[in-house]
This record gives sequence, structure tokens and C-alpha cells, in this order.
Amino acid sequence: MLLQVRNVTKRFGGLTAVDDVSFDVPAGHIKAIIGPNGAGKSTLFHLISGYHPATRGTLTFEGAEITHLPMHEIARRGIARTFQTTSLFSHQTVLDNATMGYRMHAATNVFDALLRTPRARREETESREAAYEALRFAGIAPLANRIAGSIPQEAQKRLAIAIAVAAKPKLVLLDEPVAGVTSEETVEHAELIRHMANEGYTICLVEHKMTLVMGLADSIVVLHHGKKIAEGTPAEISADPAVIEAYLGAATHA
Amino acid sequence: MRRVLWIIAAAVAVAIPFLVPKTFYLQIVAGAYITAIAVYGLNVILGYTGLLNLGHAAFFGIGAYAVALLETKAGWPFWPALLAGCAASVVLGAMVGSVSLRTRGNYFAIFTAAVGVMIAIVFTNWQELTGGNIGIVNIPPPPSIGPLAFDGDVPKYYLVLGALALTILICRLVRHSLVGRTFVAIADNEDLARAAGIDVARVRLTAFMLSTFLAGLAGGMFAMYNGNLGPDQTGLDITFEQLLYLVIGGIGTIAGPLVGTLVLVGISHELQGMQQYRFLIFGPLLVLLVRFFPLGIAGGFSRLTARWAAR
Repeated sequence: MLLQVRNVTKRFGGLTAVDDVSFDVPAGHIKAIIGPNGAGKSTLFHLISGYHPATRGTLTFEGAEITHLPMHEIARRGIARTFQTTSLFSHQTVLDNATMGYRMHAATNVFDALLRTPRARREETESREAAYEALRFAGIAPLANRIAGSIPQEAQKRLAIAIAVAAKPKLVLLDEPVAGVTSEETVEHAELIRHMANEGYTICLVEHKMTLVMGLADSIVVLHHGKKIAEGTPAEISADPAVIEAYLGAATHA
Repeated sequence: MRRVLWIIAAAVAVAIPFLVPKTFYLQIVAGAYITAIAVYGLNVILGYTGLLNLGHAAFFGIGAYAVALLETKAGWPFWPALLAGCAASVVLGAMVGSVSLRTRGNYFAIFTAAVGVMIAIVFTNWQELTGGNIGIVNIPPPPSIGPLAFDGDVPKYYLVLGALALTILICRLVRHSLVGRTFVAIADNEDLARAAGIDVARVRLTAFMLSTFLAGLAGGMFAMYNGNLGPDQTGLDITFEQLLYLVIGGIGTIAGPLVGTLVLVGISHELQGMQQYRFLIFGPLLVLLVRFFPLGIAGGFSRLTARWAAR
């Protein structure tokens, strides 16, 4: 089992955002986490990636506990993530953005930089290649020299994925990867995510658009008011009365 | 285009001792170079990493006092004293940084301002060691290296110029390396940097130490060039002056610290008769610049040349 989430709880003061949630993510799977607004989906991602510490429960990645590790340490273990509001290094070039995704694999320090040591030169080439590879993967290599904040919204979402891919992770957490893109572009993004899975990345995604989730996910976890109310294949989930009550029913009214 | 400008600037800098009529002007230029080295240090921490260290001038003071004291009290020659001065500034930088970098934004600025004020108070009040307000006088010039003697204004000018050239080289090499791009990336989006596995605290500390190294180097050159030293060079007002030079020259740019310092030291000199009233000119100048050229003179220049190139 790649990731095990066990009895994880997060409280903010009196509010319990995530309440005793457990599930597994097997290697090679696409796992979707769905639920109405405020269900605790993004908070759950924040807990897995170490952005917030969990109040209770344990997170195990590749058999080792990661519950209390700092965010960058969890990333170094092989968990990459994107953020809900597309999060980029907006003032840097697209290429430099992807390079930062790979940065943790390069050990270059100030002295290497000043003395232009063989290590600095080798890692410069390596990170440039890794960055280009990630940009090609996401289909935005032609934009490499543009400033990230100036490229179209849809390309920015692809760049967020490229940064995650450049990190060469084992698990990628995608927080609403298609929020705010047109339905046509949603199809293309679904293809990109499918492509990631085919390349061997394990994927965990939070998403509102049911069509995307139902077509992509191997299994789905449904959260409601911070609690897991269902887990299963897309077919099982769409037939689950509790889910229809809490989420799908509500969605048809909206 | 940019390379040509740097070469012209270097040529002019080398020729200046033969061009200026009086050593008085040479001293002003050398003084501006020394300040520019410190401003480059401020640029590393503020321009690259986005952290406002208001105690910057205190680190300049650490370098300056270390050199002055080691030379006058311990009898060290200048060169090892300069190395020790830079090291002292970096070690103190590591200590202050490892505490202050736990804070963010305004808190970081306030914390470092407090540290800076405390260090300046030590310089003023530890009279047995620092000579109090009188400071330290008769700091000997660097010993000769073979036929090269450093006891005149012109050789000292070239030493300072060499230190400035080294500083610019360091900043250039670091800025474009993976390390420098990481500095800038963290300032741009800290959360994403963490999510990419970057140890933000460690990278910030590296930037802080590099910044205090340059402040210490500037301080050491100041003690050497002037031959005397007082606590008035280490206060909060000096940090603000350097901040003004940086913002006007172009924050985060390679040429900005030098351009801003030279331009403002030049204007200050022309307006010397106005004394404190010269800020009546600096103030509006700053407002106009920030309004129309947020990246200062250097940033504005890059934008204009880019526009010409695009035609």
C-alpha cells in the first residue's frame, strides 16, 4: 500500500474539518476524493502533504510514518501536490518554475554556485533537462521562456502539474485540477491525468466535476462534514443512497 | 548591450583616479563603492529572498569593528583581519538569522531592527573596547604585497574597486545559479517551494548569511579605507539610507545597488548645502520612481531597452 490514511482528524478550534477519516491509496491507482463544499477535501490534502499537522491519526507512506514530518520532508519522500487556486512562481519563467519542481534532487550550494564546481554544472544540466521533460509531458514546452503569470489560465494549470511531475514523485495530489477551465479543456486535462497514471504515477485528486471523476477514478472516497460516508468504485458510489442524499442530490439542485 | 555597458563602466572606474582633479572626489567615489557593497548585501536578502533586514548596518559595523580592533589592539595585518571580520559578520548572521527567520514579514523587520539597534548601542557604550562615540582611529593600511603598497588614496581606491567587482561577481554567479533561483522562488511562493521539497528555512538562512557576509566585507573595507571608525556608521538610519539606494537603483537587479548608490551619493554631494533638507528632494523622487518604475533605475532601463529591441 503506497499511502495509508488512518483515523485522521483535524480540528481548527471548535471546528472539526476532517473527522476520523481512513482510506488506502494503492500504487498505480487514481483515487478521487469528492464531497460538497466544506466537506474537508482540501484540508485532507493539507494533512497528507504536511501543510497542516493532523490533530489525531496517522499517515503512512511506503510503510513509514509521515504524520509529523515538515512539508518539504514529505515532498522529498515522494509526495507532490498542486494547490486549489493555481499556485505558481508567477514572476519566474515557465522553465524556472519546472526547475524548482526538480530542485530538491540537486545538492548545489552557494559554494558550488560561486566556484562553478563540476557538481553545479552537472546539476544545472540535469535540472534543465528534467524541467523540459516535465514541460513536454504537460504539453507546454513551447512556453518555456514566458513568465508564468502571463500565460493563459489553462496553461498555468498544466504548469502546476509540470512542477509536480518534475519532482519525480510517487504520489501526486491534485487539488481541483480543472477548477475554472472550460468543458473542452476539462477533457484535455482528463487526458493529461490519465497519461500521468499510465506513466506510473499514483494519483489522488479532489474534484467537483463529477463527469471527470467518474471517468477517471479507480475508486472514490466521499466526504461529508469531514466524515467519510462512502468509498468504492465510481459505479458503487453513484448508486450509494447516502452519497446521492449528501452530494449528488444536492448537485442536481444547484 | 548590457555587457558593453558593464565594460564601459569598468573602464571608467579603472580610469577615475586619472580623471578626477582632486583626491576629495576620489574619496567620495570610493566611499560610494563601499556603500554599494553593503547595498548588494541588502539586495540579496531583500531583493532576492524578500526579507527586510533592518539590522543590516549593524552587520556592516561588525565587519568594520572586527577589522579595526584586530588591527589596532591585536596587531593583526589587514588581510587576515578582513577575513575574520567577514567571518564574524557571517557567524553573527547565522545566529541572528536562525532566530529571526522564524518570524515573517513585519515581525522579521522589527526583530532585525531591534537587533541592529542593540548592536549599535554596544558599539557606542562599550567604551573600553570600541572607544565609544570617538571610535577607533589610526587603523593601519594593508601591508604591501611585494612591490604593491596600499598606503595612498589611489591604491586604496583600487582595493575598494576590487572588492566591489568581487561583490558584483558573487551576486551574478549566485543569482543565476540554482541557489539564486531558489531564493527568488521562495520570495515568490513560499508554500509551493515547500511543496516542491525545498527546505525554506535553510535556504533563507543561506541568503541571510550571504547578505551579512557582504555587509561585513563592506564594513572591513570602510575601516581600511577611512583609517578610523565610529558607531554612527552602524545605526538604523544607515540601513534606511542603503534601503533608499536599493529601491531607487532597482531592487532585485544586478546593476541596481551600484547605480542607486552612485546616483544618490552624487546627488547628496551636490545638495550638501541643503543638509537634512535634501530629503525634500529624495522623498518626491522616491515616490515618482516607485510609481512609474517599481524596479528602480535599473529595472526601468531594462524595460526601455526591451521596448527598443522589440521595435
